[in-house]
Amino acid sequence: MNSPAASPVTNPATSELTGGGAVRRVAIAVAVLALVAVPYAIEQVYYVNIASQILLYAVFALGLNVLVGYAGLVSLGHAGLFGVAAYVVAYLLAAGHGHALAILAGLAAGLVATAGFAALALRATGISFIMITLALGEIIWGLAYRWISITGGDNGISVSTRPMPFGLSLDAPRAFYDATLIVFLLAVGAVAIFVRSPFGAALCGTRDQPRRMNALGYHVLMIRFWAFMFSGLLTSVAGILFVYYTEFISPQALALTASAEGLLMVISGGAGTLLGPVVGAALVVIVKNVVSAYITRWNFMLGAIFVAIVVFMPEGLVPGAVRLTRSAWQSASRQKGTTRNAAASAPRPQS
Amino acid sequence: MTFWLLLTVNSITFGGLLFLLSAGFSLIFGLMRIPNLTHGSMFMVGAYLGTSLLGGTSGFTLNFWVAALIAAVEVAILGALMERLLLRRLAGQQLAQVLVTLGVSFMAADLCLMGWGGDPISVATPPHLAGFVRVDGAAFPLYRMAVILIAVVFAVALWLMLERTRLGAMIRAGVDDPQMARVVGIRVSQLFTIVFALGAGLAGFAGIISGPILSVYPGLDQDMLPLALVVVILGGTGSLLGSFVGSIIVGFIYNFGQALLPELAYFVLFLPMVLVLVLRPQGLFGGQIL
Repeated sequence: MNSPAASPVTNPATSELTGGGAVRRVAIAVAVLALVAVPYAIEQVYYVNIASQILLYAVFALGLNVLVGYAGLVSLGHAGLFGVAAYVVAYLLAAGHGHALAILAGLAAGLVATAGFAALALRATGISFIMITLALGEIIWGLAYRWISITGGDNGISVSTRPMPFGLSLDAPRAFYDATLIVFLLAVGAVAIFVRSPFGAALCGTRDQPRRMNALGYHVLMIRFWAFMFSGLLTSVAGILFVYYTEFISPQALALTASAEGLLMVISGGAGTLLGPVVGAALVVIVKNVVSAYITRWNFMLGAIFVAIVVFMPEGLVPGAVRLTRSAWQSASRQKGTTRNAAASAPRPQS
Repeated sequence: MTFWLLLTVNSITFGGLLFLLSAGFSLIFGLMRIPNLTHGSMFMVGAYLGTSLLGGTSGFTLNFWVAALIAAVEVAILGALMERLLLRRLAGQQLAQVLVTLGVSFMAADLCLMGWGGDPISVATPPHLAGFVRVDGAAFPLYRMAVILIAVVFAVALWLMLERTRLGAMIRAGVDDPQMARVVGIRVSQLFTIVFALGAGLAGFAGIISGPILSVYPGLDQDMLPLALVVVILGGTGSLLGSFVGSIIVGFIYNFGQALLPELAYFVLFLPMVLVLVLRPQGLFGGQIL
């Protein structure tokens, strides 16, 4: 298909975190302090664990957003990459190897799988890209499910210990939250630097105008490939966090629903924005846990939310809410008869 | 020898089922330019509706083929409704349409789980086809032969429809150049509904006639959708011949893979896909409609 890779949003997100104003710095510091304080503010272990889940899925969503938001390539196979890293870690630990080796091997396996995905899927863009990543992700799922001698099939693999960096035990939920927070902050920082870099700008260029970028002498395919690798790295990191968080991995974590959940996080928060996926991850994890407490049909809700967001708020909740309040405010001020200023014709995100 | 013959027959049968599933998928893709990710769900919903018609909830037992046809029509209506009510709202936004089909597939899977429970439902082979054909001491189930015959009949019928009828000509025009088709007075949006309903009906029909072979279980949709995707990636999108050849190839690889490397059956499918993507990314018959 020659159809251009239409990203759900084409927000000019590169300006995010680039302002460098004092207000912004203070806001970042407050946000980080608030995140550090979370386990002290909430008492129950259950909620600390949910906070850890949000952060680890936020890393996953940040990684997926590099492709979906900035490269304009929608992947429905990322749960496969997530799973490769998680399974390799679990398998090596179950075989009696150390944590350092397992983590390094998990990252390496995740990157190799990513390179394979990229080499195949980048032969297409747009809708065909979705189809190929979907098929690849399902094949990894099929492997996890059927290759019983390695993966344990439906029973999965249990992990009995968490690593002890610098001799600190991560067994307690709070300690694990702190470790996840550090990884999360590193991931946010890495994506922020990535987006601000000339490479990030070139990537957005290949999303919006691949032919012009090609004419300008950029190697579009290589730019997309390295973006895919970066996305795969973050996804693998999230997979490793996941396997240590749940201390268990099964094919469930690789299913198409998991890829779709990741995509929902990115799209609901706002693709192509730095913090959108983080908001989306928080939203999906909270809704999922709240809904599961009342009804057992999470998948139905997932589908319904997906349809509703795509139909009514395709640019995501954060930009969508801004748009809706802005247009409400505009129509209110128009009724009052105030003169229209420049703000009234503020650029709207295109869908 | 018998083993290989049986495996071959099973592969062709499975290929036939895959053709019924992927022909609609491919046509929808060709015309609307979107992969219909509810296609696996339509297969599963057709199978579940068929089991209900065949006994149990509806109170009386229908003839197998009548039940299969009714189930197919029901799924076709569901497909038409989905196209009219959801996809039409997002006309021209392909990405949004794909995501909507994905969302609907999750809802459909969960509704089936609510309606029919989590236990696999086995479908009895229609009594008049329960026998075997004996050749050289090997026994081939009559039902599988019938499925092959049905697939061939449908392939010919679809080909004739596309090649010889006015509707087929309009569909071909729509696949070729939707804007030009509109200009010459073809109501392309109406074609969308017709083709979507047709594809859904075919998938539902394939679902119920696969019942005696595969049985019906939650997750059937997720098993079948990737196979349809691989068929279409292999054969080329929007090509009827491509989905026919692709289905037979995938049928053989999947069945031989399951018999010889049961743990890696899913993975073996990967190989032809890699080869086609590397050597001929548009698919074996990409760019041709028939």
